[in-house]
Amino acid sequence: MKERHSHRRRFHGRGFHRRHIEEGIVKSLMILSFLLLAGSLGFILITILIKGLPALNWDMLTKTPQGGFYLGKEGGILNAIIGSLYLAGGATLLAILISLPLALYLGTYVRRARWADFVRLSMDILWGIPSIVYGAFGFTIMLALGMRASLLAGILVLTLLEFPIMTRAIEEVVRMVPHDLEQASYALGSTRLETALRVVTRQMLPGIATAILLAFGRGIGDAASVLFTAGFTDRIPTSLFQPVASLPLAVFFQLSTPFPEVQQRAYASALILTAIVLIISFGSRWLAARLGRNIIK
Amino acid sequence: MNPHIQVRDLNVHYADNHALKSINLDIPKGQITVIIGPSGCGKTTLLKSFNRFLELTDQTRLSGQVLIDGEDIYAPGMDVTEIRKKTGLLAQRPFPLPMSIYDNVAYGMRIHGIQKGRALDLAVQHYLELAGLWEEVKDRLHQPAARLSIGQQQRLCLARGLAVEPEIMLGDEPTSALDPFSAQHIERKLLDLKQQYTIVLVSHILRQAKRLADYIVFMYLGELIEHGSAHEVFEHPRQERTRAYLEGLI
Repeated sequence: MKERHSHRRRFHGRGFHRRHIEEGIVKSLMILSFLLLAGSLGFILITILIKGLPALNWDMLTKTPQGGFYLGKEGGILNAIIGSLYLAGGATLLAILISLPLALYLGTYVRRARWADFVRLSMDILWGIPSIVYGAFGFTIMLALGMRASLLAGILVLTLLEFPIMTRAIEEVVRMVPHDLEQASYALGSTRLETALRVVTRQMLPGIATAILLAFGRGIGDAASVLFTAGFTDRIPTSLFQPVASLPLAVFFQLSTPFPEVQQRAYASALILTAIVLIISFGSRWLAARLGRNIIK
Repeated sequence: MNPHIQVRDLNVHYADNHALKSINLDIPKGQITVIIGPSGCGKTTLLKSFNRFLELTDQTRLSGQVLIDGEDIYAPGMDVTEIRKKTGLLAQRPFPLPMSIYDNVAYGMRIHGIQKGRALDLAVQHYLELAGLWEEVKDRLHQPAARLSIGQQQRLCLARGLAVEPEIMLGDEPTSALDPFSAQHIERKLLDLKQQYTIVLVSHILRQAKRLADYIVFMYLGELIEHGSAHEVFEHPRQERTRAYLEGLI
């Protein structure tokens, strides 16, 4: 009798209810975090839409600032749109050139060597450094070299900002490649290079596309690192050595004016910046899905 | 016997585990050799010593010789990609390359510069036919290989391996992940192929070994216990441990 009683307790007593309550709590927490996340995104989008949409017009997208733009007169922010695309595009290209070989090397050749861990640690630290520090660092170097604020300097500093993110994200993708897949390639008499370029890279393309987007997103949205290094100008640069405007700084400068019309244009600029990021985000998802057809799981 | 692969005093260590102990063995040309033995006996290690796959694992030490066509594949200066081109491998689980069905077969021919252009199309068809997959895939050659069933994937891997024109086909329990029907399909193909290739398989299924083998290699705890023609080993095993294994006692 006694034994039977204890049996019942084990299945329907303390454990049964507690486990259900635990699950309920964790589930609510998850839903709460999701709502918080979705809510923030919605709130941000709605704010910039409401405040920015009235000020958004064709001139904003197609004209550079004319005389008195910052007093609320004619013109647009084409200089900042083009500038940001130049800056982030250039930096992303350079970062790919550094990150892809490095990540492939770390992920396929050395995997577990101790100095590889040191390289990873260095990148994690670089990743964590606030971008204003990159800006100040870039500025110091420019002063030492006698350079002025320019598109080139901005691209170089943004590259520094982007490459640790990109490398770590790509390496994660590299490490997810099944070992058997590489072996299948080696078994056919491929060299390591052929395996890396023709097999592993294909398997990783969707992940790499996402990594590149992540880095581009950080690059195009960053204000602090280009503040000193790229400068700001109302014109569209025609060479790498001229200063260049950027959208985050355009938002900043317009928002700091005392004029409500100009402040509203700041929101319109923020809207444009967000739209660029969204377009690239959806574009890369579409690309990843297309490239992902061949992936071996 | 006309040996294709000769193993001379081969020892393999993984870290502090002595996985292969002084193996001496000749593997006949143009026949199916099946390596049998309980799990952990070194079957797969022996197989992987034939295409220098052991060096892909960390902390592996190897001494002795493996000669293919009389040439030691571990001699300094041997081109490992040439050795692997000569010895195709069917893995336990099929792993297609992340590309289309066509490109999977064409991959090896492209990297070794064997075929180009129109000839490549014909070659892809030829090897898919050889592997018994052509009829099922001829209308969707450019679809991802990942969409094939696992049995089809293993035949694709066979076609892919044959396409680099190997002399030897290695198989590491190549049917163990497959359904019975697909497994039968692969077995039939291997029997067809032994006219032109030397085939070496690892199998833990005795019935499969009996169906396929011309030559049997029995391993136990890293040692080569007995080898000989399938008929001899199955009907008249000379070693006590072979008899025990065949009777299911070890």
